[in-house]
Amino acid sequence: MRKFLRTVLLIDLIEGLWVTFRYQRPKHIYTEQYPAERPKVAERFRGAPRLNINPETGETLCIACNLCALACPENLIVVSSERNEKTRRKELTTFTYDTSRCMFCGLCEDACPTDALELTQDFELAAYSREGAIWDRQMLEEGPRPTKYPY
Amino acid sequence: MPDGTYLDATELVLNMGPQHPSTHGVLRVILKLDGERVIGTECVIGYLHRGVEKIGENRTYAQFAPYVDRMDYVASVSNGLGYCLAVEKLLSVEVPPRAQAVRVILTELNRIASHLIWLGTHALDVGAITPLFYTMREREEILKIYEKYCGARLTTHAFRIGGLQYELYEGFEDEVRAFCDMFLPKVDEYEELLTGNRIWIARLKNVGVLNAEDCKAYGVTGPMLRAAGVKWDLRKAQPYSGYEQYDFEIPTGVNGDSYDRYLVRIEEMRQSVRIIRQAVDRMPEGPIMGKVPKVIKPPLGEVYVSIEAPKGELGYYIVSDGSTQPYRVRVRPPSFVNLQALDKMCRGALVADVVVIIGTIDIVLGEVDR
Repeated sequence: MRKFLRTVLLIDLIEGLWVTFRYQRPKHIYTEQYPAERPKVAERFRGAPRLNINPETGETLCIACNLCALACPENLIVVSSERNEKTRRKELTTFTYDTSRCMFCGLCEDACPTDALELTQDFELAAYSREGAIWDRQMLEEGPRPTKYPY
Repeated sequence: MPDGTYLDATELVLNMGPQHPSTHGVLRVILKLDGERVIGTECVIGYLHRGVEKIGENRTYAQFAPYVDRMDYVASVSNGLGYCLAVEKLLSVEVPPRAQAVRVILTELNRIASHLIWLGTHALDVGAITPLFYTMREREEILKIYEKYCGARLTTHAFRIGGLQYELYEGFEDEVRAFCDMFLPKVDEYEELLTGNRIWIARLKNVGVLNAEDCKAYGVTGPMLRAAGVKWDLRKAQPYSGYEQYDFEIPTGVNGDSYDRYLVRIEEMRQSVRIIRQAVDRMPEGPIMGKVPKVIKPPLGEVYVSIEAPKGELGYYIVSDGSTQPYRVRVRPPSFVNLQALDKMCRGALVADVVVIIGTIDIVLGEVDR
Protein backbone atom coordinates (compact mmCIF):
# COMPACT_ATOMS: atom_id res chain seq x y z
CA MET A 1 0.00 0.00 0.00
CA ARG A 2 2.79 2.38 0.97
CA LYS A 3 4.70 1.45 -2.12
CA PHE A 4 1.60 2.04 -4.20
CA LEU A 5 1.13 5.51 -2.75
CA ARG A 6 4.78 6.35 -3.35
CA THR A 7 4.39 5.28 -6.95
CA VAL A 8 1.19 7.23 -7.56
CA LEU A 9 2.34 10.39 -5.83
CA LEU A 10 5.78 10.25 -7.52
CA ILE A 11 7.48 10.60 -4.15
CA ASP A 12 10.87 9.37 -5.39
CA LEU A 13 10.98 11.91 -8.18
CA ILE A 14 9.87 14.73 -5.89
CA GLU A 15 12.64 13.80 -3.45
CA GLY A 16 15.17 14.27 -6.21
CA LEU A 17 13.59 17.52 -7.33
CA TRP A 18 13.73 18.80 -3.77
CA VAL A 19 17.54 18.64 -3.94
CA THR A 20 17.43 20.83 -7.02
CA PHE A 21 15.09 23.31 -5.40
CA ARG A 22 17.33 23.59 -2.36
CA TYR A 23 19.87 25.25 -4.66
CA GLN A 24 17.54 27.98 -5.84
CA ARG A 25 19.53 30.51 -3.81
CA PRO A 26 23.14 29.34 -4.13
CA LYS A 27 25.57 30.51 -1.47
CA HIS A 28 28.43 30.64 -3.88
CA ILE A 29 28.34 31.31 -7.62
CA TYR A 30 30.84 29.12 -9.39
CA THR A 31 30.71 30.62 -12.87
CA GLU A 32 33.56 32.97 -13.63
CA GLN A 33 33.02 35.80 -16.10
CA TYR A 34 36.36 34.99 -17.61
CA PRO A 35 37.94 37.88 -19.49
CA ALA A 36 36.40 40.44 -17.13
CA GLU A 37 37.07 38.40 -14.04
CA ARG A 38 40.33 36.46 -13.98
CA PRO A 39 40.82 33.38 -11.85
CA LYS A 40 43.49 33.70 -9.23
CA VAL A 41 45.74 30.77 -9.92
CA ALA A 42 47.84 29.10 -7.27
CA GLU A 43 51.33 30.21 -6.39
CA ARG A 44 52.88 27.02 -7.77
CA PHE A 45 50.91 27.19 -11.02
CA ARG A 46 52.92 26.02 -13.99
CA GLY A 47 52.17 28.44 -16.78
CA ALA A 48 54.13 30.59 -19.21
CA PRO A 49 57.91 30.33 -18.81
CA ARG A 50 60.07 33.25 -17.72
CA LEU A 51 63.82 33.70 -17.67
CA ASN A 52 64.62 35.58 -14.51
CA ILE A 53 67.08 38.44 -14.38
CA ASN A 54 68.90 39.78 -11.40
CA PRO A 55 66.78 42.78 -10.38
CA GLU A 56 69.77 44.75 -9.13
CA THR A 57 72.16 44.42 -12.01
CA GLY A 58 69.76 43.54 -14.79
CA GLU A 59 71.91 40.58 -15.81
CA THR A 60 70.43 37.21 -16.55
CA LEU A 61 70.56 34.56 -13.86
CA CYS A 62 71.04 31.89 -16.50
CA ILE A 63 74.51 30.36 -16.52
CA ALA A 64 73.91 28.51 -19.80
CA CYS A 65 74.48 25.12 -18.20
CA ASN A 66 71.98 23.48 -20.59
CA LEU A 67 70.43 21.34 -17.83
CA CYS A 68 66.90 22.49 -18.65
CA ALA A 69 67.33 21.51 -22.29
CA LEU A 70 68.54 18.07 -21.21
CA ALA A 71 65.69 17.62 -18.74
CA CYS A 72 62.98 18.59 -21.21
CA PRO A 73 61.06 15.56 -22.50
CA GLU A 74 60.13 17.37 -25.71
CA ASN A 75 63.57 18.89 -26.39
CA LEU A 76 62.00 22.27 -26.96
CA ILE A 77 64.58 24.43 -25.19
CA VAL A 78 67.62 25.58 -27.14
CA VAL A 79 70.38 27.26 -25.19
CA SER A 80 73.41 28.70 -26.87
CA SER A 81 76.34 30.30 -25.16
CA GLU A 82 79.70 31.77 -25.84
CA ARG A 83 82.82 31.82 -23.69
CA ASN A 84 83.79 35.22 -22.36
CA GLU A 85 87.55 35.47 -22.83
CA LYS A 86 88.01 37.90 -19.93
CA THR A 87 86.14 36.10 -17.18
CA ARG A 88 86.61 32.60 -18.68
CA ARG A 89 82.90 32.01 -18.09
CA LYS A 90 80.11 30.82 -20.35
CA GLU A 91 77.66 33.55 -21.18
CA LEU A 92 74.17 33.13 -22.52
CA THR A 93 73.63 34.35 -26.05
CA THR A 94 70.25 33.02 -27.14
CA PHE A 95 67.54 31.05 -25.41
CA THR A 96 64.47 29.81 -27.26
CA TYR A 97 61.49 28.08 -25.74
CA ASP A 98 58.80 26.54 -27.93
CA THR A 99 55.60 26.99 -25.93
CA SER A 100 53.53 25.25 -28.60
CA ARG A 101 55.12 21.91 -27.72
CA CYS A 102 55.44 22.49 -24.01
CA MET A 103 53.31 20.37 -21.70
CA PHE A 104 54.19 22.36 -18.58
CA CYS A 105 55.51 19.38 -16.66
CA GLY A 106 57.93 21.55 -14.71
CA LEU A 107 61.01 19.37 -15.25
CA CYS A 108 63.04 22.28 -16.65
CA GLU A 109 62.15 24.39 -13.65
CA ASP A 110 63.27 21.59 -11.31
CA ALA A 111 66.52 21.12 -13.19
CA CYS A 112 67.57 24.79 -13.12
CA PRO A 113 70.35 25.23 -10.54
CA THR A 114 70.06 29.03 -10.34
CA ASP A 115 66.26 29.45 -10.43
CA ALA A 116 66.63 31.35 -13.68
CA LEU A 117 63.97 29.46 -15.60
CA GLU A 118 60.60 29.60 -13.93
CA LEU A 119 57.07 28.70 -14.91
CA THR A 120 54.88 31.65 -14.01
CA GLN A 121 51.21 32.11 -13.26
CA ASP A 122 50.38 33.50 -16.68
CA PHE A 123 48.17 31.12 -18.63
CA GLU A 124 47.29 33.10 -21.76
CA LEU A 125 49.57 31.67 -24.40
CA ALA A 126 47.62 32.10 -27.60
CA ALA A 127 49.57 33.20 -30.65
CA TYR A 128 48.58 34.04 -34.19
CA SER A 129 51.13 31.72 -35.76
CA ARG A 130 53.25 28.73 -34.87
CA GLU A 131 56.35 30.92 -34.99
CA GLY A 132 54.70 33.29 -32.54
CA ALA A 133 54.55 30.50 -29.99
CA ILE A 134 58.33 30.12 -30.05
CA TRP A 135 59.60 32.52 -27.43
CA ASP A 136 63.05 34.03 -27.67
CA ARG A 137 65.26 35.31 -24.89
CA GLN A 138 63.81 38.81 -24.91
CA MET A 139 60.23 37.60 -24.58
CA LEU A 140 61.18 35.17 -21.84
CA GLU A 141 62.99 37.83 -19.85
CA GLU A 142 60.15 40.33 -20.12
CA GLY A 143 57.87 37.81 -18.43
CA PRO A 144 54.14 37.39 -18.70
CA ARG A 145 52.12 39.99 -20.52
CA PRO A 146 48.49 39.44 -19.56
CA THR A 147 46.21 40.70 -22.29
CA LYS A 148 44.12 43.75 -21.43
CA TYR A 149 40.50 43.58 -22.49
CA PRO A 150 38.28 46.63 -22.75
CA TYR A 151 35.85 45.76 -19.96
CA MET B 1 30.39 -9.21 -37.60
CA PRO B 2 28.37 -10.52 -40.52
CA ASP B 3 30.11 -10.78 -43.87
CA GLY B 4 28.68 -10.68 -47.36
CA THR B 5 25.75 -8.59 -48.43
CA TYR B 6 23.26 -7.05 -46.06
CA LEU B 7 20.58 -6.48 -48.69
CA ASP B 8 18.44 -9.48 -47.85
CA ALA B 9 19.26 -9.55 -44.17
CA THR B 10 16.81 -8.65 -41.44
CA GLU B 11 19.71 -7.41 -39.38
CA LEU B 12 20.73 -3.81 -39.37
CA VAL B 13 24.29 -2.65 -38.89
CA LEU B 14 24.46 0.61 -37.04
CA ASN B 15 27.52 2.70 -36.47
CA MET B 16 27.76 4.35 -33.07
CA GLY B 17 30.50 6.88 -32.65
CA PRO B 18 33.27 7.93 -32.82
CA GLN B 19 31.60 11.32 -32.46
CA HIS B 20 28.73 10.09 -30.36
CA PRO B 21 28.79 12.04 -27.10
CA SER B 22 27.94 9.11 -24.86
CA THR B 23 30.80 6.96 -26.08
CA HIS B 24 32.96 9.08 -23.77
CA GLY B 25 35.44 10.22 -26.33
CA VAL B 26 36.22 8.56 -29.60
CA LEU B 27 35.02 4.99 -29.24
CA ARG B 28 33.34 3.58 -32.31
CA VAL B 29 30.98 0.69 -31.75
CA ILE B 30 29.53 -1.20 -34.69
CA LEU B 31 26.20 -2.58 -33.57
CA LYS B 32 24.45 -5.47 -35.27
CA LEU B 33 20.79 -5.08 -34.58
CA ASP B 34 17.73 -7.19 -34.93
CA GLY B 35 14.98 -4.65 -34.56
CA GLU B 36 15.77 -2.91 -31.33
CA ARG B 37 17.83 -5.78 -29.91
CA VAL B 38 21.59 -5.90 -30.13
CA ILE B 39 22.87 -9.22 -31.40
CA GLY B 40 26.51 -8.30 -31.64
CA THR B 41 28.93 -5.45 -31.21
CA GLU B 42 32.40 -4.67 -32.36
CA CYS B 43 34.59 -1.94 -30.96
CA VAL B 44 36.85 0.06 -33.20
CA ILE B 45 39.50 1.76 -31.15
CA GLY B 46 42.65 3.67 -31.90
CA TYR B 47 41.32 7.12 -32.73
CA LEU B 48 43.26 8.56 -29.81
CA HIS B 49 46.40 6.50 -30.23
CA ARG B 50 49.48 8.55 -29.45
CA GLY B 51 52.00 5.78 -28.99
CA VAL B 52 52.70 6.45 -25.34
CA GLU B 53 54.46 3.13 -24.91
CA LYS B 54 56.76 3.89 -27.83
CA ILE B 55 57.43 7.39 -26.50
CA GLY B 56 58.57 5.70 -23.29
CA GLU B 57 61.33 3.92 -25.15
CA ASN B 58 62.75 7.23 -26.34
CA ARG B 59 62.69 9.13 -23.06
CA THR B 60 64.65 8.81 -19.88
CA TYR B 61 62.84 7.40 -16.86
CA ALA B 62 62.22 10.82 -15.32
CA GLN B 63 61.17 12.34 -18.65
CA PHE B 64 58.50 9.72 -19.28
CA ALA B 65 56.61 10.51 -16.07
CA PRO B 66 54.59 13.44 -17.52
CA TYR B 67 53.41 11.29 -20.41
CA VAL B 68 51.74 8.64 -18.25
CA ASP B 69 49.45 11.35 -16.86
CA ARG B 70 48.05 11.73 -20.35
CA MET B 71 46.75 8.18 -20.62
CA ASP B 72 43.95 8.26 -18.10
CA TYR B 73 43.67 12.00 -17.86
CA VAL B 74 40.71 11.78 -15.48
CA ALA B 75 42.87 9.91 -12.97
CA SER B 76 46.32 11.21 -13.84
CA VAL B 77 47.69 10.97 -10.30
CA SER B 78 47.01 7.23 -10.18
CA ASN B 79 48.87 6.77 -13.43
CA GLY B 80 51.83 8.67 -12.07
CA LEU B 81 51.81 6.62 -8.88
CA GLY B 82 51.84 3.34 -10.79
CA TYR B 83 54.73 4.42 -12.97
CA CYS B 84 56.77 5.81 -10.07
CA LEU B 85 56.22 2.63 -8.04
CA ALA B 86 57.38 0.51 -10.97
CA VAL B 87 60.59 2.48 -11.48
CA GLU B 88 61.22 2.57 -7.74
CA LYS B 89 60.90 -1.21 -7.60
CA LEU B 90 63.32 -1.47 -10.51
CA LEU B 91 65.79 0.78 -8.68
CA SER B 92 65.05 -0.78 -5.25
CA VAL B 93 64.49 2.67 -3.78
CA GLU B 94 62.72 3.12 -0.48
CA VAL B 95 60.12 5.90 -0.44
CA PRO B 96 59.97 7.86 2.83
CA PRO B 97 56.77 7.41 4.89
CA ARG B 98 55.76 11.06 4.54
CA ALA B 99 55.90 10.84 0.76
CA GLN B 100 53.86 7.63 0.89
CA ALA B 101 51.16 9.27 3.00
CA VAL B 102 50.94 12.28 0.66
CA ARG B 103 50.74 9.91 -2.29
CA VAL B 104 47.87 8.04 -0.66
CA ILE B 105 45.97 11.29 0.00
CA LEU B 106 46.41 12.54 -3.54
CA THR B 107 45.52 9.24 -5.19
CA GLU B 108 42.43 8.81 -3.06
CA LEU B 109 41.35 12.36 -3.91
CA ASN B 110 41.93 11.34 -7.49
CA ARG B 111 39.74 8.29 -7.06
CA ILE B 112 36.96 10.55 -5.84
CA ALA B 113 37.49 12.94 -8.76
CA SER B 114 37.43 10.09 -11.26
CA HIS B 115 34.28 8.57 -9.77
CA LEU B 116 32.66 12.02 -9.76
CA ILE B 117 33.33 12.43 -13.45
CA TRP B 118 31.99 8.95 -14.03
CA LEU B 119 28.86 9.62 -11.99
CA GLY B 120 28.14 12.92 -13.69
CA THR B 121 28.64 11.72 -17.24
CA HIS B 122 26.90 8.42 -16.64
CA ALA B 123 23.87 10.17 -15.20
CA LEU B 124 23.97 12.56 -18.15
CA ASP B 125 23.94 9.62 -20.56
CA VAL B 126 20.95 8.14 -18.79
CA GLY B 127 19.13 11.47 -18.88
CA ALA B 128 19.72 13.13 -15.52
CA ILE B 129 21.50 16.40 -16.16
CA THR B 130 21.62 17.82 -12.65
CA PRO B 131 24.17 15.40 -11.09
CA LEU B 132 26.79 16.50 -13.64
CA PHE B 133 26.76 20.06 -12.33
CA TYR B 134 26.96 18.93 -8.74
CA THR B 135 29.77 16.45 -9.33
CA MET B 136 31.75 19.00 -11.34
CA ARG B 137 31.37 21.45 -8.48
CA GLU B 138 32.87 19.03 -5.95
CA ARG B 139 35.57 17.94 -8.37
CA GLU B 140 36.61 21.56 -8.70
CA GLU B 141 37.55 21.58 -5.02
CA ILE B 142 39.83 18.59 -5.58
CA LEU B 143 41.41 20.24 -8.61
CA LYS B 144 42.04 23.38 -6.57
CA ILE B 145 43.95 21.30 -4.03
CA TYR B 146 45.99 19.80 -6.88
CA GLU B 147 46.67 23.19 -8.37
CA LYS B 148 47.90 24.52 -5.05
CA TYR B 149 49.99 21.44 -4.38
CA CYS B 150 51.72 20.86 -7.70
CA GLY B 151 50.72 23.67 -10.02
CA ALA B 152 48.54 21.76 -12.47
CA ARG B 153 44.96 20.67 -12.34
CA LEU B 154 44.48 17.82 -14.75
CA THR B 155 47.78 16.36 -15.94
CA THR B 156 49.43 16.88 -12.61
CA HIS B 157 52.86 15.25 -12.72
CA ALA B 158 52.63 15.35 -8.92
CA PHE B 159 55.01 12.49 -8.09
CA ARG B 160 58.62 12.00 -8.98
CA ILE B 161 60.59 8.78 -8.97
CA GLY B 162 61.63 8.22 -5.36
CA GLY B 163 59.10 10.45 -3.69
CA LEU B 164 57.74 13.91 -4.22
CA GLN B 165 59.09 17.09 -5.73
CA TYR B 166 56.98 19.53 -3.76
CA GLU B 167 56.62 19.83 -0.02
CA LEU B 168 53.04 20.28 1.19
CA TYR B 169 51.87 23.87 1.09
CA GLU B 170 50.73 25.58 4.23
CA GLY B 171 47.17 24.66 5.11
CA PHE B 172 47.07 21.51 2.96
CA GLU B 173 45.86 19.33 5.81
CA ASP B 174 43.12 21.77 6.79
CA GLU B 175 41.94 22.07 3.21
CA VAL B 176 41.80 18.31 2.75
CA ARG B 177 39.92 17.92 6.03
CA ALA B 178 37.50 20.67 5.01
CA PHE B 179 36.97 18.91 1.70
CA CYS B 180 36.20 15.62 3.46
CA ASP B 181 33.68 17.29 5.77
CA MET B 182 32.07 19.07 2.85
CA PHE B 183 32.06 16.05 0.57
CA LEU B 184 30.27 13.36 2.60
CA PRO B 185 26.91 15.22 2.75
CA LYS B 186 27.23 15.79 -1.00
CA VAL B 187 27.46 12.05 -1.60
CA ASP B 188 24.20 11.68 0.29
CA GLU B 189 22.81 14.36 -1.98
CA TYR B 190 23.76 12.38 -5.11
CA GLU B 191 22.12 9.35 -3.59
CA GLU B 192 19.02 11.39 -2.87
CA LEU B 193 18.91 12.38 -6.52
CA LEU B 194 19.59 8.98 -8.03
CA THR B 195 19.48 5.91 -5.78
CA GLY B 196 15.75 5.85 -5.20
CA ASN B 197 14.83 7.48 -8.50
CA ARG B 198 12.62 5.11 -10.42
CA ILE B 199 13.88 6.19 -13.85
CA TRP B 200 17.45 5.60 -12.71
CA ILE B 201 16.52 2.15 -11.35
CA ALA B 202 14.55 1.23 -14.46
CA ARG B 203 17.44 2.18 -16.73
CA LEU B 204 20.19 0.52 -14.67
CA LYS B 205 18.77 -2.52 -12.90
CA ASN B 206 19.56 -5.77 -14.72
CA VAL B 207 21.30 -3.91 -17.52
CA GLY B 208 24.78 -5.00 -18.48
CA VAL B 209 24.91 -7.96 -16.14
CA LEU B 210 28.32 -9.58 -15.89
CA ASN B 211 28.66 -12.31 -13.29
CA ALA B 212 31.79 -13.14 -11.35
CA GLU B 213 32.89 -15.99 -13.64
CA ASP B 214 32.63 -13.84 -16.74
CA CYS B 215 34.45 -11.01 -15.01
CA LYS B 216 37.34 -13.31 -14.19
CA ALA B 217 37.32 -14.82 -17.68
CA TYR B 218 37.58 -11.39 -19.31
CA GLY B 219 40.10 -10.09 -16.79
CA VAL B 220 37.73 -7.36 -15.69
CA THR B 221 38.91 -5.56 -12.57
CA GLY B 222 37.92 -2.65 -10.41
CA PRO B 223 34.39 -1.64 -9.48
CA MET B 224 32.95 -3.89 -12.20
CA LEU B 225 34.48 -6.97 -10.61
CA ARG B 226 33.49 -5.89 -7.11
CA ALA B 227 29.92 -5.24 -8.24
CA ALA B 228 29.76 -8.90 -9.26
CA GLY B 229 30.47 -9.86 -5.66
CA VAL B 230 34.20 -10.56 -5.81
CA LYS B 231 36.06 -8.93 -2.93
CA TRP B 232 39.20 -8.09 -4.88
CA ASP B 233 41.02 -4.85 -4.34
CA LEU B 234 44.75 -4.52 -4.91
CA ARG B 235 44.97 -2.05 -2.05
CA LYS B 236 44.07 -4.95 0.25
CA ALA B 237 45.34 -7.90 -1.79
CA GLN B 238 48.87 -6.60 -2.38
CA PRO B 239 49.21 -3.31 -0.50
CA TYR B 240 51.50 -0.65 -1.95
CA SER B 241 52.48 2.81 -0.78
CA GLY B 242 51.47 2.03 2.80
CA TYR B 243 47.84 1.08 2.21
CA GLU B 244 48.13 -1.70 4.78
CA GLN B 245 48.11 0.91 7.57
CA TYR B 246 44.69 2.24 6.68
CA ASP B 247 41.39 0.83 7.73
CA PHE B 248 38.76 0.64 5.01
CA GLU B 249 36.14 -1.69 3.57
CA ILE B 250 35.86 -3.09 0.08
CA PRO B 251 32.30 -2.46 -1.08
CA THR B 252 30.82 -5.28 -3.14
CA GLY B 253 27.63 -5.77 -5.08
CA VAL B 254 25.46 -8.82 -5.64
CA ASN B 255 24.02 -8.90 -9.14
CA GLY B 256 26.85 -7.43 -11.15
CA ASP B 257 24.54 -5.10 -13.05
CA SER B 258 24.91 -1.39 -13.74
CA TYR B 259 22.98 -0.42 -10.63
CA ASP B 260 25.34 -2.41 -8.40
CA ARG B 261 28.32 -0.78 -10.05
CA TYR B 262 26.79 2.58 -9.28
CA LEU B 263 26.33 1.63 -5.62
CA VAL B 264 29.86 0.22 -5.40
CA ARG B 265 31.39 3.41 -6.78
CA ILE B 266 29.32 5.62 -4.50
CA GLU B 267 30.46 3.57 -1.50
CA GLU B 268 34.06 3.66 -2.73
CA MET B 269 33.98 7.45 -2.60
CA ARG B 270 32.96 7.25 1.06
CA GLN B 271 35.73 4.76 1.77
CA SER B 272 38.24 7.03 0.04
CA VAL B 273 37.23 9.85 2.35
CA ARG B 274 37.84 7.47 5.26
CA ILE B 275 41.35 6.67 4.00
CA ILE B 276 42.13 10.34 3.39
CA ARG B 277 41.09 11.28 6.92
CA GLN B 278 43.30 8.58 8.43
CA ALA B 279 46.25 9.57 6.28
CA VAL B 280 45.92 13.26 7.13
CA ASP B 281 45.64 12.52 10.85
CA ARG B 282 48.68 10.27 10.85
CA MET B 283 50.85 12.36 8.55
CA PRO B 284 54.44 11.50 9.48
CA GLU B 285 57.25 14.02 9.46
CA GLY B 286 60.46 13.56 7.58
CA PRO B 287 61.96 13.80 4.13
CA ILE B 288 59.85 13.56 1.01
CA MET B 289 62.46 12.22 -1.40
CA GLY B 290 64.19 8.86 -1.23
CA LYS B 291 67.79 8.20 -2.16
CA VAL B 292 67.56 8.36 -5.92
CA PRO B 293 70.69 8.88 -8.03
CA LYS B 294 70.82 12.03 -10.15
CA VAL B 295 70.93 9.98 -13.32
CA ILE B 296 68.42 7.16 -13.11
CA LYS B 297 70.10 4.08 -14.52
CA PRO B 298 68.35 0.97 -13.25
CA PRO B 299 70.09 -2.41 -13.33
CA LEU B 300 69.26 -4.97 -15.99
CA GLY B 301 65.89 -6.53 -15.36
CA GLU B 302 62.16 -6.32 -15.67
CA VAL B 303 59.39 -5.39 -13.31
CA TYR B 304 55.62 -5.47 -13.18
CA VAL B 305 53.81 -3.32 -10.67
CA SER B 306 50.06 -2.95 -10.53
CA ILE B 307 47.94 -0.60 -8.50
CA GLU B 308 44.25 -0.18 -7.94
CA ALA B 309 43.40 2.76 -10.16
CA PRO B 310 39.84 4.15 -9.97
CA LYS B 311 38.89 2.05 -12.98
CA GLY B 312 40.62 -1.18 -12.05
CA GLU B 313 44.03 -2.77 -12.10
CA LEU B 314 46.59 -0.47 -13.66
CA GLY B 315 49.85 -2.26 -14.34
CA TYR B 316 53.24 -1.12 -15.58
CA TYR B 317 55.66 -3.60 -17.06
CA ILE B 318 59.08 -2.07 -17.59
CA VAL B 319 62.10 -3.80 -19.08
CA SER B 320 65.44 -2.20 -18.36
CA ASP B 321 68.53 -2.82 -20.45
CA GLY B 322 70.75 -0.96 -18.01
CA SER B 323 70.67 2.33 -19.88
CA THR B 324 68.99 5.60 -18.94
CA GLN B 325 65.99 4.80 -21.12
CA PRO B 326 63.56 1.92 -20.68
CA TYR B 327 63.88 -0.87 -23.23
CA ARG B 328 60.16 -1.45 -23.17
CA VAL B 329 57.24 0.03 -21.28
CA ARG B 330 54.00 -1.84 -21.39
CA VAL B 331 50.90 -0.53 -19.70
CA ARG B 332 48.01 -2.68 -18.64
CA PRO B 333 45.21 -0.15 -18.66
CA PRO B 334 42.02 -1.04 -16.80
CA SER B 335 39.68 0.61 -19.30
CA PHE B 336 41.08 -1.34 -22.24
CA VAL B 337 40.63 -4.69 -20.54
CA ASN B 338 37.22 -3.83 -19.12
CA LEU B 339 36.01 -2.70 -22.54
CA GLN B 340 36.40 -6.27 -23.83
CA ALA B 341 33.35 -7.28 -21.85
CA LEU B 342 31.18 -4.81 -23.80
CA ASP B 343 30.08 -7.38 -26.37
CA LYS B 344 29.13 -9.92 -23.71
CA MET B 345 27.09 -7.33 -21.81
CA CYS B 346 25.39 -5.83 -24.86
CA ARG B 347 24.05 -9.05 -26.38
CA GLY B 348 20.28 -9.08 -26.06
CA ALA B 349 20.15 -5.56 -24.74
CA LEU B 350 18.33 -2.65 -26.34
CA VAL B 351 20.12 0.09 -28.26
CA ALA B 352 19.41 2.56 -25.48
CA ASP B 353 21.04 0.18 -23.01
CA VAL B 354 24.29 0.23 -24.98
CA VAL B 355 24.75 3.84 -23.90
CA VAL B 356 24.24 2.80 -20.28
CA ILE B 357 26.63 -0.13 -20.61
CA ILE B 358 29.39 1.97 -22.17
CA GLY B 359 28.92 4.45 -19.38
CA THR B 360 28.98 1.85 -16.65
CA ILE B 361 32.32 0.40 -17.77
CA ASP B 362 33.85 3.80 -17.02
CA ILE B 363 36.24 4.01 -19.94
CA VAL B 364 38.61 6.78 -20.79
CA LEU B 365 39.63 6.57 -24.41
CA GLY B 366 43.00 8.13 -23.77
CA GLU B 367 43.79 5.03 -21.77
CA VAL B 368 42.16 2.54 -24.13
CA ASP B 369 44.13 3.77 -27.14
CA ARG B 370 47.22 5.08 -25.33
